[in-house]
Amino acid sequence: MAALTDQTARFNTLKSLPAPVVAMMALIGLGVLFDNFTNAYTQFVMVLILTNVVLATSLNLVNGFTGQFSLGHAGFMAVGAYTSAWLVTRPELGALPDFLKFLLLPIGGGLLAAVAGYIVGLPSLRLRGDYLAIVTLGFGEIIRVALLNSDSLGGARGMYGIPSTEAVPALGLTAFSAQFAVASVWAVITFVTLWRIVHSAKGRAFLSVREDEIAAEAMGINITQTKVRAFVISAFFAGVGGSLFAHSVKYLNPSTFTFTKSVDIIIMIVLGGMGSLTGSVIAAVIITILPEMVLRELQQLTGIDLRMVIYSLLLILFMILRPSGILGRLEATDLWKMTLGRRKAEDRKVEGQRVEGKA
Amino acid sequence: MTESKKETAQDSTILKVENLEVSYGGIQALKGLSFEVKAGEIVSLIGANGAGKTTTLRAISALVPYKGNVEFKTKSGTVTSLSKVQQHEIVTFGLAHSPEGRGIFPNLTVLENLVMGSYSRNDKEEIAKDLERCFVSFPRLRERSKQKAGTLSGGEQQMLAIWRALMAKPSLLLLDEPSLGLAPLIVAQIFEIIKDVNKEGVTILLVEQNARMALKVSNRAYVVETGKISLSGTGKSLLDDPRIVASYLGGH
Repeated sequence: MAALTDQTARFNTLKSLPAPVVAMMALIGLGVLFDNFTNAYTQFVMVLILTNVVLATSLNLVNGFTGQFSLGHAGFMAVGAYTSAWLVTRPELGALPDFLKFLLLPIGGGLLAAVAGYIVGLPSLRLRGDYLAIVTLGFGEIIRVALLNSDSLGGARGMYGIPSTEAVPALGLTAFSAQFAVASVWAVITFVTLWRIVHSAKGRAFLSVREDEIAAEAMGINITQTKVRAFVISAFFAGVGGSLFAHSVKYLNPSTFTFTKSVDIIIMIVLGGMGSLTGSVIAAVIITILPEMVLRELQQLTGIDLRMVIYSLLLILFMILRPSGILGRLEATDLWKMTLGRRKAEDRKVEGQRVEGKA
Repeated sequence: MTESKKETAQDSTILKVENLEVSYGGIQALKGLSFEVKAGEIVSLIGANGAGKTTTLRAISALVPYKGNVEFKTKSGTVTSLSKVQQHEIVTFGLAHSPEGRGIFPNLTVLENLVMGSYSRNDKEEIAKDLERCFVSFPRLRERSKQKAGTLSGGEQQMLAIWRALMAKPSLLLLDEPSLGLAPLIVAQIFEIIKDVNKEGVTILLVEQNARMALKVSNRAYVVETGKISLSGTGKSLLDDPRIVASYLGGH
């Protein structure tokens, strides 16, 4: 018995501990692999996919899991992006090895974005529904206009020539695969952190706020504090996403972070399923690839820009046929478990028939 | 002798509400409502729609702002004025609230709902025991523990709501309309459970429109009319009171 529990314990640690590490290694490996036969454009899209995964999963914590409607994700992303772009030029950081520096920069961007999230969240999260949406929309615009008018950050001209990771021969990484590795590490950190949060006992507080605020309050949950917490965590990872974005496009302009950018991310979580992290990942991949690779080809073939038409059609079709998004509130793992369960049930049925037949 | 008797009587008061006033915008829902609940009792507030029963419970749990005083004897035995503490702390004092319309979390599983009920507690082993007690008392919840709570029937949802509130291990349970929208047979079951819970030592403050049922199980009851207490007495005496019979029990 003891040996058995010991074994299962070992199996569990084996199962739970390295999964994120395995995922990171796999992604980094993918980067190295793709490095050989892809052009710079494809490589840029690959980093963008991971950036969007970070942005979509983090927004899902607020909009999907906590049930608040934030329209200000691009604002937090901008804070992270500009912070990171400013930090990278600081001579104080010069002592750090290049790769490590870029690995750590998202923390700086994330922290300032989290502070912004706290400042915006504390007063506005007492509001509900549409009001919160409007306040967060306003916040995003304030950030954008402030950036537009701050000369030290480039103003309307934007920030040029933002440094990016360079090749790390010691690790066998080229400039692209190093950049992709940084993005991979952060995408996995974001996903795993959020996954652990929403599946933890305390994290269920977020879900209960979404389900029924009055009941949650009656359970002894501090509603405003819970919402602010979700908002700050979400803003942190939006800042991380912004930082990844800044060092992959190497050029920042306030007009990148308009309301439409927030909407893009919202479309990802709506399509993936509000309240499904794996859904967000799937949707982030699709929504990034679709306009960049498929629709662009289509435009070259037809000569007409059908991007927005197809985009809108897709959304309309989704809202009619599957309003809860690709996965709804389920995770990909739930689907896996469900098919496993069904298969087992079928096996049992077959077994039962066999026994009957013999009798 | 009489002196000490008086003291024990006072000691057994678990909840004391004095001059409770609540306004929603310009409308005053409660106009100086006072009553008290003694430890071990089932006390019900009965009254018509809009009389202020639900508002009273919400005020006690600090879910709405109010004027007046609400004193509660916490688990540790100290009397605390609930107007001076933060809303989310109230549960830790031993006061649980099962809100109107059940208020279960429909997209969480039955088990998750129950665990949410113990959110304010840290004693894991005791929580596990209470969970077991719940499953023993209402096995249907064990059968469906992995099912989404929204897929339960109305009666099961109400049972879940009551048990979720009990998972906070309260000394006083506020129950808001547990019979709402349920079939008579299930209402009877719910009231059986209420009696059982009370026997285990949980004091109950019940808000009901189903006055007959409520009065039958209650030790005492208060009649709420337009934000004030208009009548009070033991459950039995009110059941026979002609005024009550005429207004709330169907009048014949």
